[in-house]
Amino acid sequence: MEFLVASAIGIMTAAGLYLLLRLRTFPVIMGISLLTYAVNVFLFTSGRLTIGAPPVLRDDMTTYADPLPQALVLTAIVISFGMTAVVVMIGLGAFLGSDDDHVDDQPEQSGGPT
Amino acid sequence: MTHWLIAPIILPALLAPFIVLAARYHIGIQRTFSVAGVIAMIVIAAGLAMESADGTVQIYQLGDWAAPFGIILVGDRLSTLMVLLTAVLALFVLLYAIGSGWDERGRHFHALFQFQVMGIMGAFLTGDLFNLFVFFEVLLIASYGLMIHAGGNARLKAGVQYVLFNLIGSTLFLFALGAIYAETGTLNMADLAARVAQIDPAETVGIRVASVLLLLVFAIKAALVPLHFWLPSSYAEAPAPVAALFAIMTKVGAYAIIRVYTLVFSPEVEATAGLHDVWLLPAALVSLAIGTIGVLAAKRLDRLIAFSVIGSMAMVMVSISLFTPTSIAAALYYMVHSTLAAAALFLISDLVRTGRGNVDLTAQAPVAGAALTASLFFAGAIAMAGLPPLSGFLGKLLVLDAAYGTDMMVWVWVIVLTGSLVSILGFARAGSILFWKAHSVSPSPDALVMPRPAVLSYLAVGGLIALLGAHTVFAGQVHGYTTRIAAELFAPDAYMDAVLNTPGKLSTPSKEAH
Repeated sequence: MEFLVASAIGIMTAAGLYLLLRLRTFPVIMGISLLTYAVNVFLFTSGRLTIGAPPVLRDDMTTYADPLPQALVLTAIVISFGMTAVVVMIGLGAFLGSDDDHVDDQPEQSGGPT
Repeated sequence: MTHWLIAPIILPALLAPFIVLAARYHIGIQRTFSVAGVIAMIVIAAGLAMESADGTVQIYQLGDWAAPFGIILVGDRLSTLMVLLTAVLALFVLLYAIGSGWDERGRHFHALFQFQVMGIMGAFLTGDLFNLFVFFEVLLIASYGLMIHAGGNARLKAGVQYVLFNLIGSTLFLFALGAIYAETGTLNMADLAARVAQIDPAETVGIRVASVLLLLVFAIKAALVPLHFWLPSSYAEAPAPVAALFAIMTKVGAYAIIRVYTLVFSPEVEATAGLHDVWLLPAALVSLAIGTIGVLAAKRLDRLIAFSVIGSMAMVMVSISLFTPTSIAAALYYMVHSTLAAAALFLISDLVRTGRGNVDLTAQAPVAGAALTASLFFAGAIAMAGLPPLSGFLGKLLVLDAAYGTDMMVWVWVIVLTGSLVSILGFARAGSILFWKAHSVSPSPDALVMPRPAVLSYLAVGGLIALLGAHTVFAGQVHGYTTRIAAELFAPDAYMDAVLNTPGKLSTPSKEAH
């Protein structure tokens, strides 16, 4: 299971990083989504992988699942979901306004590349 | 335990929804509540700063859960100073936004402004790394809204870059937090400091990765090379009052670096030796060079100021990365100066924009209200470039003094001094093109007559410049205070004791009672 989880995180991170380096808004947003999936699984595993163990203290139990990373993941999911929605809306606004969805500055703009 | 420590977070958190829900169509009521809220915040922040001035570490346990199990807010000298600085800056920025009418050019300015202040206050006050992440997100999501306030294509495009860059930063932050939790089993900063010190020097791969990832996140916020690319476009395209408020946001990154890298991963910790204590200083020096070159090369006033922000943040980072008590004291003094100066300059660039319609650095007919705007620009530029008599000069002296005798002294002195010269040239060029060459251009007969900026706008900028003056006049007292802060940072026993040994639910004494 460790190998499966670790390689899933690795593949999602690699794919996410590749998409992040693209030039247009849509692939970049996809890349960020993949990265947030990867980080959610990563956070989940930061409390060690356990199967069938309760997260709450009980007298008859010796192994426990760490409840804190689960709470952290929940927070992270909510935040990244909201942030992705915001960036989609702003990106859509920028695309509809200028008919161009490049994420970098275009040379003809007055500001020039930064 | 008093409840005042959480007031700077609760107050804007209550005001913002009230403004959205009850006063969304009444700009007058919005303005009244927003200003009253910020003034109340200054009073509260001043009270907290007075409380901490003698070295008391104030603790607020949320839900009365003891650290490290519950989230806790910590008010020591450093965080209460930053809270006070934020509140004061927010007041002047808000007055400018009202005076110039920026708050009417889009919807929900005041609500977003309050949420932004809430996030910044929370980031300064929290004693828990995951909570720091949450407050970063609060201040970021409010800043996304403020950044694209009043719309426009250029602003939306810059907004997309800003949001994407910060989303990547947030994801990195989560990776760092996951790694830290996996290595140490805690996210409370004081508890973390105790546990990192116990890590076996032979098994440090995880904690070193986490430490570097965390540094990258804070460096994105502090716009350190090579992670500074988001700053020039976003700050230049953001509405001027918003850019002025953002002047404190880069300092949030610097604050987080000071806090985490003196408390948790301090240079003495063997597990993370050879990382930030070696690489931060060269990065800061390169940022300083790039910032000052940008000042010289900029074709528009707002971009010039954005690059000068990179330069002055780099000065702060140079001083921080020496990691000695004198250098941290100098960094804190310069940080206060840099916040006020950057905010004043962004507001001045908007005065210029109001007076002539654009901020291109080309000779054009005289701007409306030129005399007053020019003298404010003169004062702001002197402060930012670090010429005497204003506090930028004293700050740079302190930084140079802190670098004196260290291994990197030659590099620091050469780059800081050359950088100062270059940025003086850049500001002098901008000022002479904007205000002096204007007299050689005869205004075209069909040119629109631009209105003079409002009196309240001038008052807000003048207030910031006056604060810079006060920061210079009382430099001795302020530097004495930052020296005490730095001493406290390098002897964190009082902080750790207050955080970990204050009784609450689940702490050891209460466990015995049950």
